[in-house]
Formats: sequence, C-alpha cells, structure tokens
Amino acid sequence: MEILQLFEYGFIQNAFTAALLMSVTCGIIGTYIVSRRMVFITGGITHSSFGGVGIGYFLGIPPLAGAAVFAVLAALITENLTRKKILRNDSIIAIMWSLGMALGIIFVYLTPGYAPNLMSFLFGSIITVTTTDLWFMFSLTTTVLLFFFILFKPILYISFDEQFAKTRGIPVMLMNYLLIILVALTIVLSIRVAGIILVLSILTIPQNIANIFTNRFSVIMITSVILGFIASMVGLVVSYYLDIPSGATIIFSLVLMYLAARVVKVVTFGKKYPSKKEAANEPAEDR
Amino acid sequence: MEKPLVQLRNVDAAYQNKIVLSNVSLSIDDRDFIGIIGPNGGGKTTLLKIILGFLKPLQGTIKYTFDRSEIGYLPQGNQIDDRFPITVKEVVASGLEKGLKIQKKFSSTERQKINTVLEKVGMEKLRKRPIGELSGGELQRTLLARAIVSSPRMLILDEPDTHVDNKFEMELYGLLKELNETMTILLVSHDIGTISPYIKSIACVNRKLHFHSSNEINEEQLQVYNCPIEIIAHGPIPHRVMKQHNQ
Repeated sequence: MEILQLFEYGFIQNAFTAALLMSVTCGIIGTYIVSRRMVFITGGITHSSFGGVGIGYFLGIPPLAGAAVFAVLAALITENLTRKKILRNDSIIAIMWSLGMALGIIFVYLTPGYAPNLMSFLFGSIITVTTTDLWFMFSLTTTVLLFFFILFKPILYISFDEQFAKTRGIPVMLMNYLLIILVALTIVLSIRVAGIILVLSILTIPQNIANIFTNRFSVIMITSVILGFIASMVGLVVSYYLDIPSGATIIFSLVLMYLAARVVKVVTFGKKYPSKKEAANEPAEDR
Repeated sequence: MEKPLVQLRNVDAAYQNKIVLSNVSLSIDDRDFIGIIGPNGGGKTTLLKIILGFLKPLQGTIKYTFDRSEIGYLPQGNQIDDRFPITVKEVVASGLEKGLKIQKKFSSTERQKINTVLEKVGMEKLRKRPIGELSGGELQRTLLARAIVSSPRMLILDEPDTHVDNKFEMELYGLLKELNETMTILLVSHDIGTISPYIKSIACVNRKLHFHSSNEINEEQLQVYNCPIEIIAHGPIPHRVMKQHNQ
C-alpha cells in the first residue's frame, strides 16, 4: 500500500495531527527543560502521573484527567520543596517518581476487571488518539506557543540566570510555577502518543540533536519541533508496516537520528565539539 | 551630608536556622568603592544577597534611598551554566530587562547601549558567540557588560576575579575604577592585595561586619576585626597590603 493511501484512514489522520501537535509542544517545552537541566525533574513528574492514571481507572474517570491532576501536583510539590530546601532536590524527585508509580499500580490492581489500556499509557499508542484528545492537545499547543512567543525573553533570561533575572524585576517565582505547570500538561498530553516511559525522549533527544549544530535557544526550539515531527512520522509509518509499537518506534527513530547527527557533525565539522572548544585549552575554568 | 544609598541596621541573617550574619550595620555612601573581604563562609555573599533583596533579614532593617532595580549584579562564576544555549549579546541584553515585558524588538537606544557596553568590555567582536565558546575571562567580561548595561547607580560584584587571567584582572580593576566615577561599587574579593589600590574602603565580614573607611589595612586591624585572611606584609608605599599566595 502506498504511504499516501494510509492517510485515508481516520486514525492515521488523527495520529498525524497528534504527532504534529506533540512535536510543537515538546520541541518548545523540551528546549526549556534541557537547557535548564530539568530532565530528571521532568522524569519525576512523568512517572508520578501514573498514580493519576491508576486512580482514574479506579474511580471511573478518564485516566488522563487523573494523570493531569497528579502531574501538576507533582510539579508544584517538587518546585515548592526544592525552593524551601526541605529535602535534596534529587531525593524529592525520586520520591515523587516512585510514589506515583506505586499508587498507580495499587489502584489499577484494586480496580475490578482488567485494565486493557495500561500498556498504552506506559508505552503510548498514537493510533488510538481520539478527536477529543486532539482538541486538548490543540489547546495546549496554542497556549505553549503563545506563552513562549510573548514571554520569550523573560523565559530565556530566567532559565539562564534566575538570580540575575530577579534583580531585573522579573517575577521569577510566578514564571517558574507557570512554566512547570506547562511542563506537566505537556507531559500528560504526550502520554497518549509516547507513553509515560518514553515521553522523556521526545523532550530531550530532538533538543540534543539540535544542540550538536547550534547553541541558540530559539534555533534549538524550532529545530526540535521539526526533528520531533520527522521522527514521529518515520516512527508512525515504520510501526504500521512492521506492526510494532508506535511509541517505541518513534523513540528508536530519534536515537538513530541522534547518532546520524553525531556522524554528520564529525564528518563536516571535525571532532571539535562547540561548547568544549575553548574549555579544553583552559582547564582552570572548568568548574 | 548626602544620605547613604543603602543603610543596614542591626541586621541578622540566617540560612535554615544557622546564623550567618549577626548584628550587621553598614552605610553605603554614593560613589564609595567597598572591598568586601573575609574568610569563606563568613557571610560575604549573604551580605550581598541581603542588599540585593534575595534574602530577608531575620532581624534589623535595610533602607534604600534609590530604586533597587538600579543595582547591577555580577554573580559568582559558578552560578553560571556555561553550556546554556545563549549568546553574548543575549546575555548583555538581559541586563536591560525591567519587569515582565512582553516580546518586542530592541529599540535603537537599547541596541546602542548594548553595543557601547560590549565595546567597553572588549567583547564587540564576540557578540554572536554562544557563551559555551568563551574563555573564563571573556565570560566575566560578558557578565560585567550585563551588569553595567543599564548604567546602574550601584554595582555589586561577587568574586569577579576568580578563574580569570591576570591580564583580565588588571583590565577589570581599571574599568571598575572608571565606572566608580558614576557608580557605587561593592566588590567581594578573596584578594585584598590586588584590589587595595582601587578601593576606597574595606568591609571585613566574618559573621560580624567591620567597616574600615580607607583602603589600607594591616594584620593587627584584621585581627581586631576577627577577619582571618592571610596577609604577609603591608608597606607604607604603595598603600597596599599583600595577601599570601598559596599557589
């Protein structure tokens, strides 16, 4: 069958739209996460959202709604406890991470009957995305786009040097909370496509591929959106033809793209890695 | 007499119940150039945080006779992630931000300011460089440019002389001397010997603060101030003390 004929199927059209929306939000939010070294925090939020999925099943409400509540709560708690320095930041994350997974398993176990969609929450299922899911994703994508477009400079400055941003009168705390909520919502809406276990890669691999070639925040964002979309398309088509899980195939395409990018970089620009270039000559400045 | 720009009265500061500064009073006069010295963990950075408003005093008061947004700040180098994807120009531009502004292009005056300050610190050719490709000295120049681009009334620098080469250090102090004509400067340094010719007064911070309104200080005074930094000698000419170099 021709690839174009695939698009005559409604579920493939939905999958295509979902991939596009996810690539845009994850490309932008992921750049924020990666630049600010928040990948581990994001992992914690992602996994804690499984608690919400479990409770959703148990109470008979949409599991993703439960996941959204859990993710946002986990994000706010992590942010708050980190600021207050009550616990070490990485310990808080580990606790939220495992607590969420534990609650999820307990409630799924307590739910009468069998939870058939569990695998799709863990590993994603782009071809079962519904029109309702798409509307939620569309709203989030619009919000993220507007937020980052309007507040690009403050976001960049806060991410680079929070303390300095404070001296310039930027409401750093408020922005941090708003951003972590957007991170949480992005995660939840990407769970449909990539799954809890795999979503982190969509938020980090495209950015790291882009970062091989550019060191500009805005360029990394745009490049990540494009790369994420290409990988999703490749993953979608390949998974369809080979009849293998779509989420995993998308991740696999991303990793292959990353490796290819490294090879291209070495071949075209030599072995010099941009951010190491001068640091290598002046080891005293390494911290 | 002119009112001091900042006045701290009987300030106590603490981190998680551990008192770092105790009963600190300090008046910062306009155009002063204060060298802040003291042992590690003595509260130098904490004092800056109090003045910058990052930390609320546990007790005591702090009064400003100018807007706090008119403080230019150069943080300690280890606060900066040098792999962050940002260019020299973007870093400097962040010094012009004021409050939460929505996205707009820089005005021609703003661009002018950025260009002037980049020239002043000798970074005009590297404006498009990502900071990951800068040397330690170049990064400090960039951060200094960011701190002064808004022409602040007060400039606060936290150990700008760590991890930089001697050439840059001398240039930096020369530049600060020039800036001091229009700005009040607070400089935390571990190297009292080098900064001595440039500063006007010294603040020894070791839980307590002792203000010394001259740039000369000797070992006995430091002992009285309970400010144990190592000093090998001080001579009448030139008026400076030397800190012992361990390396």
